[in-house]
Amino acid sequence: MSDLTLSDEPDEQAVAAARAQAGVSPLLLAAMPWLVTLGFLLFWELAVRMLDVAQFILPAPSVIFEAIVKYWPAIWSNSLQTLYTTLLGFGLAIIFGLALGLAIGWSKAVYAGLYPLMIGFNAIPKVAVVPILVIWMGIGTGPAVVTAFLIAFFPIVVNVATGLATIEPESEDVLRALGASKFDVMWKVGIPRSMPYFFGSLKVAITLAFVGSVISETIAANSGLGHLMLAAQSQFNVPLVFAGLVMLAVEGIAMYAVMAWVEQRTTGWAHRGGNA
Amino acid sequence: MSDALVTLDRVDMTYGGHGSGTGTKAVAGLTMAVDKGEFVAVVGPSGCGKSTLMKLVTGLHIPEAGAILVAGERVTKPVSIVGMAFQNPTMLPWRTTLDNVLLPLEIVKPHRTRLRTHKAEYVEKAERLLKLVGLEGFGDKYPWQLSGGMQQRANLCRALIHEPALLMLDEPFGALDAFTREELWCVIRDIHANTDVTIVLVTHDLREAVFLADRVLVMSARPGKVIVDRQVDFARPRDLDIMYERSFSDVVSELREHIAEARVKVGA
Repeated sequence: MSDLTLSDEPDEQAVAAARAQAGVSPLLLAAMPWLVTLGFLLFWELAVRMLDVAQFILPAPSVIFEAIVKYWPAIWSNSLQTLYTTLLGFGLAIIFGLALGLAIGWSKAVYAGLYPLMIGFNAIPKVAVVPILVIWMGIGTGPAVVTAFLIAFFPIVVNVATGLATIEPESEDVLRALGASKFDVMWKVGIPRSMPYFFGSLKVAITLAFVGSVISETIAANSGLGHLMLAAQSQFNVPLVFAGLVMLAVEGIAMYAVMAWVEQRTTGWAHRGGNA
Repeated sequence: MSDALVTLDRVDMTYGGHGSGTGTKAVAGLTMAVDKGEFVAVVGPSGCGKSTLMKLVTGLHIPEAGAILVAGERVTKPVSIVGMAFQNPTMLPWRTTLDNVLLPLEIVKPHRTRLRTHKAEYVEKAERLLKLVGLEGFGDKYPWQLSGGMQQRANLCRALIHEPALLMLDEPFGALDAFTREELWCVIRDIHANTDVTIVLVTHDLREAVFLADRVLVMSARPGKVIVDRQVDFARPRDLDIMYERSFSDVVSELREHIAEARVKVGA
């Protein structure tokens, strides 16, 4: 059996290399998002300068940053307006999405009745609804909130309903055999069970809510980042258009992070082995 | 048969079809009785309606024809004197093991109104049960921190917490490894010996049935009915060693033949 022992030097090295590859240092892992983002911006800046791209085609990151500083008061107030309409629409989407999701998951009849209608509503491009909303509510905050609501609402409904609809039949049988009412089953099993689906859907919904409010602002508004970008575009102020995009990205990432954090805190049990 | 806890009299049950005669007939003319304190095992080829039997006795399904009596009353709605355990432990992952075990008390009267005020008393009871099945000290663990065998033990505790008169077990040991299964056989055997609970065990495993039960019922292929009623007379308390005795394997092979016959009839 002695010829089975590994003593060759190259083998040892290979093993060490394999070991190094298997475990990525946590420091590197934490630094990666920043490194990649910085690298991307650097590449962008260099490419624009070296290829001599015109500013009204693609401004360099440094130019965009200058524009952010220069127009900061306008950017800030419009960013707040967009954040406000988005969050308002998102909040409404949570309330109604949760309620309708529970109703649909609760009763097969409600599900059967509402499903075609829901699919139909979701299939309509929300940008096509904005003109109607303008007729009803005028331009500005109203249509932006409602558009954000309409677009963020669907994923919440579907996810909550899915959580309820996928209760293990055995769980339900065990409780129903004890005399549990439909409400008991929902309260003890269905609703807790659908919470990870619900909080998971919030990450998607908040991102979509931004899409909704900006679409509406671009079409019919006097304020908000969508309006700002449209106004800047008509003056060929392309750096300012990009400044608006950057602010949207920043708000989107921030809200996504908040939702991810809420998800972690509330439904840690669903992410086994984590810090539940 | 005067002290029968469960009686089924010529029960028919069809799934689907809504009475139009097109559905699948799960059981037909199913007649059986289980006495108070008895341990009955139900075996049969797969798809013979064993799980239907579970749902009928617990009142989750109401039969089309025939009558089911549990504790002297006609079953027309779920019967809360029954505890149930399935092959799938279905512990709720957001509750600790202890809270999972306490779950039935949040449903069953009169416990559901007493639970909050008498919490300590109930927790103590749950911990006694956990100790009984070998899960002492695991009450504050979440189900996903337990192995499959441990979850199944907790599942048994959940089925027993409201002191049911009847325990219905649907292949509870089917998914476990051989050693854990034998260990849990002994747990069930001891629970049956130390309480006056009546147990109906639905299983595919003939050795399990013969080792645990006072009586083994063999069901025919779909539509299921009882075709053999075999008394098992080994003295209690039984030790795992009896499974290696000649008389034990004789009973097992006798039952196996009955099931083989029942399956041939389907094939024909």
